[in-house]
Amino acid sequence: MVFDEVFIAALLLVGSLFGFSAALGLLRMPDFYTRMSTSGKAATLCCGLLLGGVAAMFHDTQVTARAVAALLFLLFTVPIGVHMIARAAYRVGTPMWRGRTAKPRFKNPKRDLK
Amino acid sequence: MRVFLLNLILAISWSALTGNATLVNFCFGFFIGYLALRVSPKIPEGTKYFQRLPRLIRLASFFIQELVLSSLRATIEVFSPKLQSRPLVVRIPLEITDQTQIFILANLISLTPGTVVLEITPDNSELFVHTMFVDDPDIFREEIHLGFEKRVREAFS
Repeated sequence: MVFDEVFIAALLLVGSLFGFSAALGLLRMPDFYTRMSTSGKAATLCCGLLLGGVAAMFHDTQVTARAVAALLFLLFTVPIGVHMIARAAYRVGTPMWRGRTAKPRFKNPKRDLK
Repeated sequence: MRVFLLNLILAISWSALTGNATLVNFCFGFFIGYLALRVSPKIPEGTKYFQRLPRLIRLASFFIQELVLSSLRATIEVFSPKLQSRPLVVRIPLEITDQTQIFILANLISLTPGTVVLEITPDNSELFVHTMFVDDPDIFREEIHLGFEKRVREAFS
């Protein structure tokens, strides 16, 4: 019983930590692409852990089924949305941040293919 | 596909008969159904499914491992006082040619934190990937080839 509660609490706490880091990434990151990377998808793991914690806490068929469905829909829709938005940004040539010490610090990603 | 549906029916009836419809019990029923189908003689188109399911599970577990590792790296980057990452756009030539496999590969890459697929060339031969934690583009290309691409090809061909 105690072990169950500790497990659920750990899931929820770690999930919220990833959610917090996603929100902080949105504020801290210097350009569009890195903001997308840190926020859009830390959210995947965050939602996965939170939904898993909720399912484990209620231990109920209906709740579990909904948690699994929500997670599946997230896994199907998030990467497509991320890809479409990033591709639009890439095509219009949104400048890309290239690191703290790089010169120049921002550059059009089309001219910087490795 | 038919064998998969058969396996699903077996799992559902296992949950119904044991009167316990939790996710764990359903997965257990699915596993038992898989074993039962595996030992039963003569299922047409069966062998393909029996090979594919373990490979799908291997791909899924590899993906979850990558997701957790790169999420941790992204979180450390966000919390570190000075940003350490050096973003790059890397060109990845593809070995797979099948549309579905490319779709799944691109989605898996987009879903791991720190990497986003920016563009797929119109002839489906290259991906342009924005990465945050790569020092050497060649090593990254090699990682994708031996990691995701190989497993996707095994699981969906």
